[in-house]
Amino acid sequence: MAEPRGTLDIRGLSARYGPVTALDAVDITASPGRVTAVLGANGAGKTTLLRTISGLVKGADGSVLLGGRDLTGASAETIARAGIAHVPEGRGVITELTVEENLRLGELLGTARRGKGGREHRLDTVYEMFPALEQRRRREANSLSGGERQMLVIGRALLSAPEVLLLDEPSLGLAPRIVAQLFALIRDLVDREGITVLLVEQNARSALSIADTGFVLNLGRVVAAADAASLAGDADLRHAYLGF
Amino acid sequence: MQQFVNITLNGLSQGAIYAAFALALVLIWRATRIINFAQGAMAMFTTYLALTLIESGQSYWVGFAAALVAGLVLGALVERIVMRPVEGGPELNAVIVTLGLFVAFQALAAILFGATFQSFPAPFGLRGFTVGEFTIAFTPFSVFVIGSVLVVMLALTALFRFTDLGLRMRASAFSQEVSRLLGVRVGRMLTLGWAFAAVVGSLAGLLIAGGNLVHPAYMDAVIVYGFVAAVLGGLESPGGAVAGGLITGLALSYVSGYLGSELVTLAALGILVAVLLVRPRGLFSRVAERRV
Repeated sequence: MAEPRGTLDIRGLSARYGPVTALDAVDITASPGRVTAVLGANGAGKTTLLRTISGLVKGADGSVLLGGRDLTGASAETIARAGIAHVPEGRGVITELTVEENLRLGELLGTARRGKGGREHRLDTVYEMFPALEQRRRREANSLSGGERQMLVIGRALLSAPEVLLLDEPSLGLAPRIVAQLFALIRDLVDREGITVLLVEQNARSALSIADTGFVLNLGRVVAAADAASLAGDADLRHAYLGF
Repeated sequence: MQQFVNITLNGLSQGAIYAAFALALVLIWRATRIINFAQGAMAMFTTYLALTLIESGQSYWVGFAAALVAGLVLGALVERIVMRPVEGGPELNAVIVTLGLFVAFQALAAILFGATFQSFPAPFGLRGFTVGEFTIAFTPFSVFVIGSVLVVMLALTALFRFTDLGLRMRASAFSQEVSRLLGVRVGRMLTLGWAFAAVVGSLAGLLIAGGNLVHPAYMDAVIVYGFVAAVLGGLESPGGAVAGGLITGLALSYVSGYLGSELVTLAALGILVAVLLVRPRGLFSRVAERRV
């Protein structure tokens, strides 16, 4: 099958926590050079979706393909090495390590992947992108503000030379001005690097402002799928599921 | 004065051994948040392997190296086979498993090597250096003990601070989930952590045994003192473990020298209770509250 590199194909994905169905036959495709937003209220299954894709949630039905390669049921380590970088909710900074050590972990994965033709990213580039991180490179990541932590995990993910970036609620807890900067940065990265971004957000308005395509999840099912502009223009949908 | 010097020197070399044992406990604690109560029994077992080799005519150093290699293998096997199934479950389960291992290794050693006291050779002299007309309680073997513990501490610090492997091991210890998402093979890091810890533990076993008698329970007291040292040092850092070991060694040596050797175990438990009451994170831990 000749899927282009970096295409993330999710087919019939179902997952349950005990008797509760968290995902119900979800089909989502995310393509390179595009931001695909997954929207929905708390408990809609958005985080479970990302955790299932990246191998943290086991025992799901359906399949996850990256560029045609079947990653269903693979370990989180293998999926990360295949090129899916998951930036978890709550940021996933290892606070006991320094800023630079956090970044080096991403770089190590990037070095391991480069043999497979991943894009090259260097520590310097990340420091250029986020000067605040360079000033604190030797400090424990503990000392960073929320916005700086978000920069750190995104920089770390980029260093791993991913084909797909999974972002879980990157705007959570950030001031509106920082959110706007962050989303502009994500858009810019996708345009320049051509990576695939799957963006999970409760903040639907901001997410749709930079997304190309959007999927709306409700109680684990995809209830709407369209390009971002038509989702944002659908008043009924916005009222029912997106809260704006 | 001479008595004070001797008690101090004796405390330092004992302390170095407690430090080595505390290092082994700290390595596993950092990686898995488990206190490995089988550490002493595993060290006893590998020390007996060394003794068997030495008694069969090999040199001390062949036995020494074999015990360290055996520690590496034993640590890895114990983690893969025995600990892996209980990892990720309640911590108490894992701790009970290590207690079970402790009993099992002691019983196995008694069956394989006998339960009698056997003397273990030392590679260097056990007669104190002389200063002027005095003989001090500091022997060539003490120099070897302190030197090898320092080398191990520096090697571990360098491993964790300057190498990619060390970074991956620390990341796995602090956050398994995030490490997995960054492609770190966390299971492999845990195995390595146990393997390194068992090597350091084996070293402590060899150092305690040198010039002394061994029997299947000879490490039991060291487990208590090493644990006190590790808690005193905060359980987190190799440096803290070594400092904790030296302080414990000195304190117990003063108690033994000035108050009576029957009070040593009581004093060790007294230190443990005092640390847990006053500074439960240990004297040297910089780690702030972690659970959010």
